[in-house]
Amino acid sequence: MASTIRVRATANGDITEVQALIQHPMDSGFVKDAKGELIPPHFIQELTFEHNGKPVFVADWGAAVSKDPYVKFAFKGGKKGDDLKISWVDNKGATDTTTAKIQ
Amino acid sequence: MKPRFAIHLALAMFALSLVAMPLFTITARAADKIDPEADKKAFQKFFMEKFPKLKPEDFVNGPYSMNEDLHKQWEEKEQFPPYEFSLEAGKEMFSRPFKNGKSYADCFPNQGIGIRQNYPYFDEKEGKVITLELALNRCREANGEAPFSYVKDEMAALTAYMAFTSRGKPFDIKIPNDPRALEAYQKGKEYFYTRRGQLNFSCATCHVQSPGERIRAEVLAPALGILNAMPIYRSEWSGMGTTSRRFTTCNSQIRGVPLTPQDDEYRNLEYYLSYVSNGMPISGPGARP
Repeated sequence: MASTIRVRATANGDITEVQALIQHPMDSGFVKDAKGELIPPHFIQELTFEHNGKPVFVADWGAAVSKDPYVKFAFKGGKKGDDLKISWVDNKGATDTTTAKIQ
Repeated sequence: MKPRFAIHLALAMFALSLVAMPLFTITARAADKIDPEADKKAFQKFFMEKFPKLKPEDFVNGPYSMNEDLHKQWEEKEQFPPYEFSLEAGKEMFSRPFKNGKSYADCFPNQGIGIRQNYPYFDEKEGKVITLELALNRCREANGEAPFSYVKDEMAALTAYMAFTSRGKPFDIKIPNDPRALEAYQKGKEYFYTRRGQLNFSCATCHVQSPGERIRAEVLAPALGILNAMPIYRSEWSGMGTTSRRFTTCNSQIRGVPLTPQDDEYRNLEYYLSYVSNGMPISGPGARP
């Protein structure tokens, strides 16, 4: 299956701007389906961006984050061609990882 | 006046009116002759004059062409379009063969690539309008697969991929020289302009009379080019939707009773609405607020 993570990182001088889109249902556990039964909670709990093995952005997420979430941030110290590793873990223990090169 | 003379006179007048009658019918018919070409010109002229600042190809971006702030948001959004996951799923589904070894490509001209702008078309054998969604499900059924729901998910993914391969190609809907095709077009036009639902809205009330205006928080899209962006990812739905989904939800939002997706009337409507957007580039899949 294709990766659930889309990422684009561009270095501009000292600053690297990162944008990412993650495919995930992010079910809060409070919504009912068409039959009136609760859809069990299913959301990303931890999202990590690592630059050369060092975390630059770590997010503790919960039920309030929307479906297919989008993240944008910037950090200092990235160079063109560096690796940026992105991974998430959800409340069911599922996980996905991808590595992108900074452009 | 002698009675006999009166009878003669009456007869003569009756005969005269018989001669005159066909003349009247001919002139009357000329006045309401169905003329899609003239309709299309008038329709496009109306929007161009209503929005003189817009370039013709801008109309296919719906509300994003109407409002500067929205346009800025959209440009940013397009860097990471929300329809991307669906598009990718569609591409994969499209190339995956059915159980019998055939695939979607076998059902369509040019292997299904770059043909979105030719749908819907009028099938002269069947005497009805065939939309892309309908053709996709017929392709599945002909190959022993269960049809998809017309409104979202798989159908949206497939049409997203087919639209994507046709991006930039101008809508090229043809009306063959067949009275049934003209009738389908005319019925679609009537559907578009007929008021319905508790709110007594027609399609045109929002999308011809008031594009660019707000309806609550939403900015209304112009009818011109509205189908060019289908299928769409709507943030309101947090998911993809097809033309069928758009038609049915429009109907329920005006508190009318929606028809079944791909009902004859919806197909005629899609035929009319696509025809009057002839020449506008395909921009689907789209993202909408």
